[in-house]
Amino acid sequence: MAEAIKNRYEFVVLFDVENGNPNGDPDAGNLPRIDPESGYGLVTDVCLKRKIRNYVETVKEDAQGYKIYIKEDVPLNRSDSSAYEFLGTDEKGIKDLKKKDPQVDSKIRDFMCRNFFDIRTFGAVMTTFVKAALNCGQVRGPVQLGFARSIDPIISQEVTITRVAITTEKDAENKKTEMGRKNIVPYALYRVEGYISANLARKVTGFSEEDLELLWEAIINMFEIDHSAARGKMAVRELIVFKHSKELGDCPAYRLFDAIEVERKEDVIYPRKYSDYTVSVHEEQIPDSVEVSRKM
Amino acid sequence: MSRGVKVRVWGDMALFSRPEMKVERCSYDVITPSAARGVLEAIYWHPGMIWRIDRIHVRKPIQFTSVRRNEVKSKVQASSVLNVMNGGNKDLYICSKDDIVQRAAVLLKDVEYVIEAHFDMSGQANDSDNPGKFKDIIMRRLRRGECYHTPYLGCREFPANFELFEEDPVVTAYEGQEKDLGYMLYDFDYSNPEDIQPMFFRAVMRSGVLDVRDCEVVR
Repeated sequence: MAEAIKNRYEFVVLFDVENGNPNGDPDAGNLPRIDPESGYGLVTDVCLKRKIRNYVETVKEDAQGYKIYIKEDVPLNRSDSSAYEFLGTDEKGIKDLKKKDPQVDSKIRDFMCRNFFDIRTFGAVMTTFVKAALNCGQVRGPVQLGFARSIDPIISQEVTITRVAITTEKDAENKKTEMGRKNIVPYALYRVEGYISANLARKVTGFSEEDLELLWEAIINMFEIDHSAARGKMAVRELIVFKHSKELGDCPAYRLFDAIEVERKEDVIYPRKYSDYTVSVHEEQIPDSVEVSRKM
Repeated sequence: MSRGVKVRVWGDMALFSRPEMKVERCSYDVITPSAARGVLEAIYWHPGMIWRIDRIHVRKPIQFTSVRRNEVKSKVQASSVLNVMNGGNKDLYICSKDDIVQRAAVLLKDVEYVIEAHFDMSGQANDSDNPGKFKDIIMRRLRRGECYHTPYLGCREFPANFELFEEDPVVTAYEGQEKDLGYMLYDFDYSNPEDIQPMFFRAVMRSGVLDVRDCEVVR
């Protein structure tokens, strides 16, 4: 297993949607999520994590060490799951040790972290053999994401559509078409902020430099393999990474986030494309020891 | 040498789950002492010290919003992992389509607190550790914004910003008002790791301040 990362990171992702629904709200009949008071659009952290998992699952095709624990679909090769690398012969007898071995929980944890990219990255909650041991089964991954919020308030538009194929025989006798509806956002630019703790990577999950590269790749491409009728045109526009010089970091995260300013251009009233916005990085607000890179 | 510290924490959203409503989660009105301890421990903690929360100042009006999300209901089964580790032919994943549940969460919006706390020595410190050293580390981390991992307001998707707070007195959103918040979770009693017990206290916010020094704890 490669060595764990040694630096704290923060990152900002800007992504946009054109004529699509980035994240439906189950409370509001699948309308795009919206903060009801301010009108800003929201995309949940778990929605974006799903895309990252899907990307990694697609490109790595269940390669050793890059399995995904929380899958969206039942995989086709369901029966072919015996290809795990066993922990080693000396630990074969682990089952008998179960009762005597106090380390069994951490062995399970390490096994899961080694094999599953999503557990190494985002963490997982596991059951354990030790009763009422609250924290043993909880793996906190180093990568932490907040909710994404749109730069400007969004409007969601209802588009009524028709179809000529009728589902039931009975309906087919009475009508020729059926109506359906889609809810879309004409255009919105969203911003999400994330954090990566080197300490949790080193002490708990072993999230490595290669994993980090894969994470950046997954974020950049997370919408490229997620096209569907509902999503419209979605794309990641900017991935700005702050690399601290130390494990603990060099400065508060909010100061770095404040240095990224996204603004609607003055003459634009209704933003409809990415070029209606300007993104500026105020380098002077960022300490010299923090390395800023725009990954796209 | 004072072991006290005041930390300002703030964030867009927060969720301090009420234990009586944890399936469809609903937040308490304000941060609980245990969540405040979690924030401080994310910044600095050592086995040789124990954080004690003294007072919580509520700096912004209490506002709620709600979010419904698709969540999975199962956990990773330790027994199936063990089986696979031993060469078993079991499937090791959760299918989020089969295992899905929609849950609403009532969250707090736009929160800001000042946490007043101090630390005690736990008796597990090394010979080279002393309160002065811990205090120096804590102050340095607060001033530089260093942390072990990013602190969060109840759940990890609601990250917290933090900084050292040096103004005096602390201005709150509820000056001159008294608000009874009912029974709130104080913290867990970890003294017996086999039987961890929750502890509750009667939370009364006076002038926007929740004073938890010497409060009566109910089990």
